Amino acid sequence: MTALDHSGNPLRAKATFLGRMHEWVSTADHKKLGVMYVTTGLLFFLIGGLEATMMRWQLAVPDSSLLSPSDFNRLFTMHGTTMVFLVGMPILLGVANYIIPMQIGARDLAFPRLNAFGFWLFLFGGLLLYFSYFGAQGLYGMGSSPDVGWFAYAPLTERTYSRGHSTDYWILGLLVSSFGSIATGINLITTILTMRCPGMTLMKMPVMVWVMLIDAILIMIAMPPLAAAQVMLLFDRLMGAHFFDVQGGGSAILWQNLFWFFGHPEVYILILPAFAYVSEIIPVFCRKVIFGYPLMVAATVSIGFISLGVWVHHLFALGLSPMVNTIFMGSTMLIAIPTGLKMFNWVGTMIGGKIRFDTPMLFSTGFLALFLIGGLTGVMLSVVPFDWQVSDSYFVVGHFHYVLFGGLVFAIFAAIYYWFPKVTGKMLSETLGKWQFWLLFIGFNLTFGPMHVSGMLGMPRRIYTYHADRGWELWNMLSSIGVLVQIAGVTFFVWNVIQSLRKGKDAGADPWDGWTLEWATTSPPPEYNFEEIPKVYSCRPLWDLKHPEDPDWKYE
Amino acid sequence: MSRRITPASRRSLLRGIAIAMLAAIFLAVPEAWATAPICENGATASPTMFAPRSVPAKMILDLSWLVWGICFGIFLIMEGLIILCIFKYRRAKDDDTEAPQIYGSNPIELAWTIVPTLIVFVLFLVSARTIFEIEKTSAPEGSLEITVIGHQWWWEFDYPEYGFVTANELHVPATRDGKRVPIYLTLESNDVIHSFWVPQLGGKTDVVPNHINHLWLEPTMTGTYVGQCAEYCGTQHANMLITVVVHPEEEFEKWVAHQKTEAVDDDTVAVGRDLFQRTACINCHTIRGTVANGTFAPDLTHLMSRSVIGSGVVSNTADNLAIWVYDPQILKPGCRMPSMKLTKKDVTEIVQYLLTLK
Repeated sequence: MTALDHSGNPLRAKATFLGRMHEWVSTADHKKLGVMYVTTGLLFFLIGGLEATMMRWQLAVPDSSLLSPSDFNRLFTMHGTTMVFLVGMPILLGVANYIIPMQIGARDLAFPRLNAFGFWLFLFGGLLLYFSYFGAQGLYGMGSSPDVGWFAYAPLTERTYSRGHSTDYWILGLLVSSFGSIATGINLITTILTMRCPGMTLMKMPVMVWVMLIDAILIMIAMPPLAAAQVMLLFDRLMGAHFFDVQGGGSAILWQNLFWFFGHPEVYILILPAFAYVSEIIPVFCRKVIFGYPLMVAATVSIGFISLGVWVHHLFALGLSPMVNTIFMGSTMLIAIPTGLKMFNWVGTMIGGKIRFDTPMLFSTGFLALFLIGGLTGVMLSVVPFDWQVSDSYFVVGHFHYVLFGGLVFAIFAAIYYWFPKVTGKMLSETLGKWQFWLLFIGFNLTFGPMHVSGMLGMPRRIYTYHADRGWELWNMLSSIGVLVQIAGVTFFVWNVIQSLRKGKDAGADPWDGWTLEWATTSPPPEYNFEEIPKVYSCRPLWDLKHPEDPDWKYE
Repeated sequence: MSRRITPASRRSLLRGIAIAMLAAIFLAVPEAWATAPICENGATASPTMFAPRSVPAKMILDLSWLVWGICFGIFLIMEGLIILCIFKYRRAKDDDTEAPQIYGSNPIELAWTIVPTLIVFVLFLVSARTIFEIEKTSAPEGSLEITVIGHQWWWEFDYPEYGFVTANELHVPATRDGKRVPIYLTLESNDVIHSFWVPQLGGKTDVVPNHINHLWLEPTMTGTYVGQCAEYCGTQHANMLITVVVHPEEEFEKWVAHQKTEAVDDDTVAVGRDLFQRTACINCHTIRGTVANGTFAPDLTHLMSRSVIGSGVVSNTADNLAIWVYDPQILKPGCRMPSMKLTKKDVTEIVQYLLTLK
């Protein structure tokens, strides 16, 4: 253990560089691991963004020959894989790692070393995937990074069609990092169920804790089928098994079912944390308790439940029977109801509030506006005949970027602006933050809005080029211009973080006048989080403290 | 920051933004397909789902308008509410008091559970009906059956009824009021998963190895329609284009009669023909009436009756053919046909021969 100063923080000034490195590498502290998760996730976000930029550059004009077809195919494979597994997953696990124990008044996760193990598995899984750029130079020079798409449909991934070792790197990289996610999922479930502070019954947990509990359960249910499918694929590729090898009687449809049985819950695994962050941020900045807490919890649980039964909506064009398609259309539409409820309750929280539009709230409002669009195009896609037209087209690309970028990434930025002061003790600059928000908001809509149109005009996804005669030029040009605006926005963010770390305003323990337990301790918090384990009486323990005349527990 | 903005000017600003957004969305989409240019290979417009030229495509569009309408309505209401909150409930500059705490309201929450449920229910019923109408599990009466086989990265069209095979250009007759001719495609794949998608004629259906799919089209207007493979299938997925030519009935019969004939045998291009038959060409390509009977690559019996080569990557001209025969990788990098390392003279001779395959 390192020495502590009077406020309980490690004495960093006296530590040598090597000492500090050792401290980070060997740590099992949930806060340090959380910071490492989020930082790594953000670095991968920059890499994934760079890949997207190169693709948009290629597609800005028709018949472009900037990138070779195989380079382009590698880029979209790596972009998708990176953003889902190496950006979304680590950031959501990282924020949960940091915040959940503090919100439930615990000193760490239930299994701190398992937690560290999970992080290092994730990190090395990611590095293994990227090592394919150097290590996968297989037969005929067809190696280099994977080029099979992030959902890697068999039999394109079989040895016949994917020579070299790039697909093996894809399998192994994700396999390793998904074990990390499963470990952290189990850890979160155990922590939330067993380590809550005195007084915190299940219905007195902050909404975020509820959402992350369901999220962790989904991780535990959805990741193992992916791991199983990947092991099967590895058997096919390395030992000549025939699970998905159609030439040997295998089934291409089996892979699609296994993959999307993971893949669709995965989408909810990614978007639920976004719900969690805005459910914390919106009430605090509206100065109003969350509207309809029990309904929020019920909606979260039912989203978790239904999300396990909708995966076939990725396969509407696969030629399954009309009855199967109809049933899964029904389940997919059903999930719109609890999701809509959440939307209504967030807006219900805003109505009658006294809203402070600081950057976290700005990003949360952006989340509401953009996720709404992603949600509605999702309902449209659930209509099977419409899906027959636009599935696998740019419409879908637009749709899921509205969900995962407009939804998740905007919520992640909201969360970063909200909790950065807690983590570092410094405020992020509001001015730079507002610049970042508006640039990102405009750039985002400029990039992904037109994609809905090009999709309905018949442009399929994953094409490295298109002819000039198809009426897609304008929309693609707009999309590519939007990327430049987004890059400017992200630059403001990076600059903001660097500047604020060096000379940001001091945050103090509770800069936002928050209500959950993490604001009850110092910023940054000491290694043991709380000097004394708190005792709570409602969902908003700090509200009760600040307003003894009108505490929450009177109404719950 | 908002001190100088009066509520009235705020409202008009808001209204302006709303109108501009509405106009942009309503105008942009139809504009896009109405002004799409005529393309090189003779297709009429951008391959858009908004200009259906076939019975199922029309049914899909009709349903889509309903879906659009419902979702657009919800969009307006919700974004309106969000914008309203932004302006109406913004905290006053020096107001540090807390807002009144409202924990929820059972009647309101019940209402916004039930209303979406009803909307979803209606949408479900209407859509289910369309699914069963369009997804036909057996061939409709009087239909023309064609087998489509997906290859990396080209299409094979097999007309079992007439006994010939062609590639990349699907020719079908138009349906008429008096005599309906549904087209019933059987979709098979030779290698990986592809997807057959011609938006103006219908939705897409995947072309899956070891799994037979069907797709019903019923073109109502003659013309040339373009589409392409919609499931990522490897390096040249982008250039796995589809052209569908819809003929009037008599014209289609003429086309069939011509395709049934064997290849023209023209002695003036004997040098090219012999070269073709001596090199590896014949292992992959078929030219009916000659020794060339390979089935790995497109049938070339009536090559010159097609408007494009390389599955639509370039138009079918003598110059493009010469480049293709010299080295296909120039035009379609990654495609399965290798360069045969022929001399310039041999290339010219072979192209002369190919040009006679009318």
